[in-house]
Amino acid sequence: MTTGTTAPHAGAAIGVRQPLIDGVEKVTGQARYTADLPAPGALVGAILRSPVAHGEIRRIGTARARALPGVRAVITGADCDVAYGVIPVAQNEFPLAREHVRYRGEPIAAVAADDDVAARAALAAIEVDIAPLPAYFDAGAARAPDAAPLHANKPGNIEREVDHAFGDVEAGFAAADLVREEHFHYAEVSHAMMEPNAALADYDAERDRLTLHSVTQVPYYVHLALARCLRMDESRIRVVKPFVGGGFGHRTETLNFEVIAALLARAAGGTVALELSREETFLTHRGRPETDVRLKIGLKRTGEITAVDCEVVQRGGAYAGYGLVTILYAGALLHALYRLPACKYHGLRVYSNTPPNGAMRGHGSVDVRHAFEATLDAMAQELGLDPFALRRANLLPVPHRTINDLQVNSYGLPECLDIVERASGWPTRRGRLPRGRGLGMACSHYVSGSAKPVHWTGEPHAVINLKLDFDGGVTVLTGASDIGQGSSTLIAQTVAEVTGLGLPRVTVVANDSRVTPKDNGSYSSRVSFMVGNAAIAAATELKRVLIDAAARKLEVAPADVTCEGERYGVAGTDRALTYKEVVAAALEDAGTLTIKGTWSTPPETQGGRFKGAAVGSSAGFSYAAQVVEVRVDEDTGMVAVERVWVAHDCGRAINPLAVEGQVQGSVWMGMGQALSEESQYHEGLPLRANLLDYRVPTIVESPPIDVFIVEAQDPNGPFGAKEAGEGSLSGFLPALTNAIADAIGLRLTELPASPDRLLEAIIARRRTDRLRKARGPAVA
Amino acid sequence: MAKRVVPLTVNGRHREDAVADHTALLDYLREALGLTGTKRGCDGGECGACTVLVDGEPRLACITLAARCEGRRVETIEALATDGRMSRLQAAFHEKLGAQCGFCTPGMIMAAEALLRKNPAPGEAEIREALSGNLCRCTGYVKIIESVQAVVDARVSGAVASRAAR
Repeated sequence: MTTGTTAPHAGAAIGVRQPLIDGVEKVTGQARYTADLPAPGALVGAILRSPVAHGEIRRIGTARARALPGVRAVITGADCDVAYGVIPVAQNEFPLAREHVRYRGEPIAAVAADDDVAARAALAAIEVDIAPLPAYFDAGAARAPDAAPLHANKPGNIEREVDHAFGDVEAGFAAADLVREEHFHYAEVSHAMMEPNAALADYDAERDRLTLHSVTQVPYYVHLALARCLRMDESRIRVVKPFVGGGFGHRTETLNFEVIAALLARAAGGTVALELSREETFLTHRGRPETDVRLKIGLKRTGEITAVDCEVVQRGGAYAGYGLVTILYAGALLHALYRLPACKYHGLRVYSNTPPNGAMRGHGSVDVRHAFEATLDAMAQELGLDPFALRRANLLPVPHRTINDLQVNSYGLPECLDIVERASGWPTRRGRLPRGRGLGMACSHYVSGSAKPVHWTGEPHAVINLKLDFDGGVTVLTGASDIGQGSSTLIAQTVAEVTGLGLPRVTVVANDSRVTPKDNGSYSSRVSFMVGNAAIAAATELKRVLIDAAARKLEVAPADVTCEGERYGVAGTDRALTYKEVVAAALEDAGTLTIKGTWSTPPETQGGRFKGAAVGSSAGFSYAAQVVEVRVDEDTGMVAVERVWVAHDCGRAINPLAVEGQVQGSVWMGMGQALSEESQYHEGLPLRANLLDYRVPTIVESPPIDVFIVEAQDPNGPFGAKEAGEGSLSGFLPALTNAIADAIGLRLTELPASPDRLLEAIIARRRTDRLRKARGPAVA
Repeated sequence: MAKRVVPLTVNGRHREDAVADHTALLDYLREALGLTGTKRGCDGGECGACTVLVDGEPRLACITLAARCEGRRVETIEALATDGRMSRLQAAFHEKLGAQCGFCTPGMIMAAEALLRKNPAPGEAEIREALSGNLCRCTGYVKIIESVQAVVDARVSGAVASRAAR
């Protein structure tokens, strides 16, 4: 279902429902993921993990393990004294713990052995002496005045505190007709991508060269971290990303096992295959943090927002990782969805003795968006306004610069609202369904790539190389990581579209640092937008070269050359060359052509000048609105999602099939967080580090999701395109709890809405109602 | 460790390999036979990514002993294509985007294959039931259901067409 003003032209490579160019390999079992790579004679790697949540390492004895048969290498924190981390100013993690351990499951030693049995025996033979220290498993305990700091340079266990205020917040609340303040609590969730973590490291001792195949979303970051931690020159390292079984943010940071595999390979002087179990993959974590939100919103009677005051506390786990970015995103993306005249944000990222959190789909924006949309829903009810009308009272004019300096150049939210309102039958059904059934709605948005890269090198933000050779095939060389989202297909479509060649002439070679250009990676929904623009630039240049060659051969000016598909003609005549003749002409004297295209975000989209302003800034924002229909069983607390209608403004839909898939996946991942997913710890011990206790929705409880594509084309986007893979996620959570409110009149302020949690709220309400009836209205 | 020769059929080929008693079918397929299309997604029986057919029944290769497959017929994702061309079910998963990252796909397709062999025209509820042990983290399952339904619809319309031709 596509709506919008553009339609694909005949023979178009974009705007058509294009199956993935690497899809055949996936459905036939030929696709090789890291653990599938042939590695004859590879040693087996294994990691020993801390049994203690917080402690001082007194001794790690490896002599007995080293002496065992078949054991080729044993390494500990002593083998790497260089801290790493994704954010250059916050690198405080070692691949193997040194001096202190800070969470249960933190790697403390690793072995490489002839086989799995020998490796397990070696782990068992390592002697560990750790003196326990006080440990903190929630943000409150970690922030207590008498709590000892996990990191010496971070008193109070505050990793990052953010104080941002824009506009006159006090005046805004004073001008409001209704002010409401709410508190929310969100459980920690995990990516749970289907492919467990794995790395294959090969060290060539004769030449001091390292090759690592890994499951990463950002091979470039892995490359940098390996060079840093192994003290090797970058040119001696090669990083390859094979097929990757999902990521959702888990793999945007370099992860400890990647460095450990490399250290083991070097120590053993050979090849090491390190495959983590599902439990270990959960322990590697980097998921969305446990979060508390306090939110206050002021509204005029007519629904206009007058002021917002928001405080967010995130339990960030034991190390910095992406933490400062996550806490900044939570504040920054309060903006750019609706017009906010005044907004104050206080964010606290807190260290704790739990596995480190990181980036997860919808990075930083999800929990806060739930709080915002749930509060708006409650306020709409209080004001007697329809939730759609309340949103419409706060739409942005475009172009628009938010008070925190985000630049919005395209905005399809109004159309998204109209579509899902109509499709869901909202006007006639909402509030009128039988008890136990309800409709809820919410809006959401996301960046199309962070406008500023993490490493400010001065290089363009995206680079594509094209190779055209005698055979007429165009090879696209890209460092952009396809992790299942379909980015390689999108890049191929883009090159095919601009050059006018069909997809069969285009081949994509991706993610081998030896041959493909550096890419900043697959995160923050940047690839379609940034790499897409670089692909347009490269293909445009290739097309120019071909037309120039045709003009030379035809002895006319380039402007007189017409090009229809693979026919290069002279305007107004029947003189023409075939594509192969033009390629031959282009290669005359020049030989094989290599052509580069680059792109960088326009400076005006790179955010303001205050500290932390880069986070949240983007060259284009996606928008989404959705309606969720639920059935609630008040006796069991079970919530069934019957159907979802979601409209997503992704600008020009380059591949509508992939857009639908991305939006459905986003909404559904939001559903998992909203209904059933949560991690749980006992004294820092993860209780749900498997796919049975960590309750990912199965096909049985997953609803139909109707996707409507809205194409508010962005002036900066490739063909006007924006992101499609994240923006619909956060809207699901509030649409769900708003639907539960419509169904049974109860507003949940804690997620997930698991049966036990919902039932407890239902019982508590019954008790309060009865007490109120029995004793009169004085008891609240 | 005790090993014994286990005769069985894998993807139509008869094999007699020495297999340790404790070797899982998944390890036998992946490591001994190089059939890496069957995936390991969990620590045992959680996710369905390793689903293969044993005598036509869907089985989790990670919690099935290879030795227990003696005399049986094992089929993996690699067996579905004919002369290098995708089966209709595989083609449907490809064309309908039933696969995104593709990691759950071989197991998902094998579970659907088992269903369609028994029940050529399953309804949506039956499809959901048959795939309930196979987790996917990318698609939200919407396009997986559509992929299976596309094969059913093609068969149904094909049956109608062949009746009309008679």
